Amino acid sequence: MMKEQLVVSSSPHIRSATTVRDIMWSVVVSLIPAVLAAVYFFGINAFLIVSVSIFGCLLTEFLFQKARGKEVTINDGSAVITGLLLALTLPPTASLWMVLVGSAVAIGLGKQVFGGLGYNPFNPALVGRAFLLAAYPVQMTNWMIDGVTTATPLNVIAESQYMTVEYWDLFIGNVAGSLGETSAFALLLGAAYLIYKGYISWRIPLGMLSSVFIVTYLFGGDPIFHLFAGGLMLGALYMATDMVTSPITKSGRWIFGFGAGIIVVIIRLWGGYPEGVLYSILLMNMTVPLLNRYTRPRSFGEGAK
Amino acid sequence: MGSLTFKQGIHPEYNKELSNTKAFQKAKRPEQVIISLQQHIGAPCQPLVKKGDHVDMGEKIADSDSFVSAPIHASVSGTVKEIKTIQTPIGKSSQGIVIDADEEDTLAKGIASPGSLSDLSPDDIKKIIREAGIVGMGGAMFPTHVKLSIPEGKEVDHLILNGAECEPYLTVDHRMMIERPNDIIYGTKLLMKAISVSKAIIGIEENKPDAIKIMKKATANEDGIEIKELETKYPQGGEKMLIKALLDRTVPAGGLPLDIGVVVNNITTAVAVSDAVKKGVPLIERSVSVTGSGVNNPINLIYRIGTTIDKLIEEAGGLTEDASKVILGGPMTGFAQPSLDIATVKGTSGVLVLSKDEVADFNPQPCIKCARCVDVCPQYLMPVNLSKYAAKEMFDELEDYQVLNCIECGSCSFICPAKRPLMQYIKVGKNEVIAKKRNKS
Ligand code: SF4
Ligand code: SF4
Repeated sequence: MMKEQLVVSSSPHIRSATTVRDIMWSVVVSLIPAVLAAVYFFGINAFLIVSVSIFGCLLTEFLFQKARGKEVTINDGSAVITGLLLALTLPPTASLWMVLVGSAVAIGLGKQVFGGLGYNPFNPALVGRAFLLAAYPVQMTNWMIDGVTTATPLNVIAESQYMTVEYWDLFIGNVAGSLGETSAFALLLGAAYLIYKGYISWRIPLGMLSSVFIVTYLFGGDPIFHLFAGGLMLGALYMATDMVTSPITKSGRWIFGFGAGIIVVIIRLWGGYPEGVLYSILLMNMTVPLLNRYTRPRSFGEGAK
Repeated sequence: MGSLTFKQGIHPEYNKELSNTKAFQKAKRPEQVIISLQQHIGAPCQPLVKKGDHVDMGEKIADSDSFVSAPIHASVSGTVKEIKTIQTPIGKSSQGIVIDADEEDTLAKGIASPGSLSDLSPDDIKKIIREAGIVGMGGAMFPTHVKLSIPEGKEVDHLILNGAECEPYLTVDHRMMIERPNDIIYGTKLLMKAISVSKAIIGIEENKPDAIKIMKKATANEDGIEIKELETKYPQGGEKMLIKALLDRTVPAGGLPLDIGVVVNNITTAVAVSDAVKKGVPLIERSVSVTGSGVNNPINLIYRIGTTIDKLIEEAGGLTEDASKVILGGPMTGFAQPSLDIATVKGTSGVLVLSKDEVADFNPQPCIKCARCVDVCPQYLMPVNLSKYAAKEMFDELEDYQVLNCIECGSCSFICPAKRPLMQYIKVGKNEVIAKKRNKS
């Protein structure tokens, strides 16, 4: 009863079924409600922006990997996520070539130059958006809908101090803004699914949202409004929780979330931009190596007598 | 309130139903046994017999002067064929005594019960345990009498018996509790007396409700022995996890259960202790689960130590067509075997055969920093960092990040979605750190 070919490998001999691909595609699935909400509120344009953005990301990833002779991994879902997230940060009036440029920058400069998935220090979608904001500031803040220029809720607040939008509209997404800045409801739904699956950390969004709430309240702002306005929900739930670019320790995640929230409020209340989510997360991304180093958990029994 | 447990850990598929209802059967006497002289962590034994000698069953055939060691006995009667270098189940080589069995099973002279619980002193019990060659039977194989020797100045107040059996697939402790509850309790009392404690806790994972019921009933009138239910979670049976769950005490890093007043033994070890006192038989046979989708008829067996794996697999109906990996021990910490002529040792509690589709070849991908490994490590380590430092041979960082506190449970490798062989790296790194430390001092 000799067996010729026995496999000999190191323990453990069983592994969990979840793969990187499973996690990535779950994130994609969780973003479907937000995309549907964007298409519902902004029409076919939103759909085109999302499609072009995903296409641009996949194409860039493909070209980079081909050029470097690496294995092509465009079906791992990660580039699709970047495409989706980038699209959701763009105004519904964004022109499609601009979207294409943004997606190429997101994957090229945001991810592939660092070596691809897992190695990038910044969230690629945010890198893409930061680039577009610097290169095309006018188009990026053109909130024209149906030929009428409208201000986003945050512009309104920044300029006049008067609340002109209803909380409910903010929550559901029936306001001007980027594609995904709008429906907090759709984003929360998707994120709840990911938290339930254990694929994103709840500490980061909770830390970020609660610190925005608390700090705005302390400085006399309208905390509920600030929670649902602008890109905060999208940023807190989907950008700050990007596993590659956020801390791996539990206390690190709290600090990361709180830090990002505080920066958002500082920029919104006293900065020159109406919106601080983008920079708050990019800035906190820079602190991640430091946070990981100084929040090492105390190992079991360490220091016990 | 849920059951007792520790923090973090994982929930692998347990697959115990393959064999947990199969009562123990006695394996056929093998025609030949190969008995390794390295049966435990500690000094290997020296042979007391030579080629051509006749030995009786239960006769001592090897021993050592070293304290951290335990003698070895013949598991059959017959003739010593040769003493040669053999492969052990953990992939090392050692000396082994090959015995051709006769048909007689002649018991060695002088095998008789040395006394009973009431008339044996603690030192008597420890001596009996040593002479019977009893080692930890959960897999670690640490000589039991050493564990029971409490150094001057240490106070021990609890005995914990590990009935968690948290490794997937294995069901021998489970069956022991169902089939031999009274021997477990007798063994427990002997162990309690050996270390002079009045309290013992038997921890059992809640996925063994029948065992819990039987053990509760058996201990209903026993003062000082308590049955406690544990959450089904891996590695619940790790000593540190078990103590945390049952007594809420923390073993200091680098320390031992003794340091916080606890001695931990395995259920099956208690049965061996009971046998040594009741019948005077040394440890020459033990229990094993031969299971997995790669065998035709999963089974629980009592076998003679030194039986080769192929014989045990035969008892389980042989390998299936697509059997492709044979593991001694459980799937989390066991060792894959290159061939089936490897001989079992005192710690062999499982022969697990996985079929082809269960033996996915894991193609590691880049780490996505998802922190799942950090979130499950029962020792609160950062496996992602440790594996990176180990790969780059950054030993100072490894020590700094407490690599020595790793219990090699494999939870990190299990959970990693990028299928990185984290524990493999960490184990290598840990061994090098230990070696470096030894060189320094
Ligand atoms: S680092 Fe060690 S203790 Fe932690 S999960 Fe991995 S193997 Fe287990
Ligand atoms: S589980 Fe794997 S992919 Fe996730 S952080 Fe740990 S090593 Fe990286």
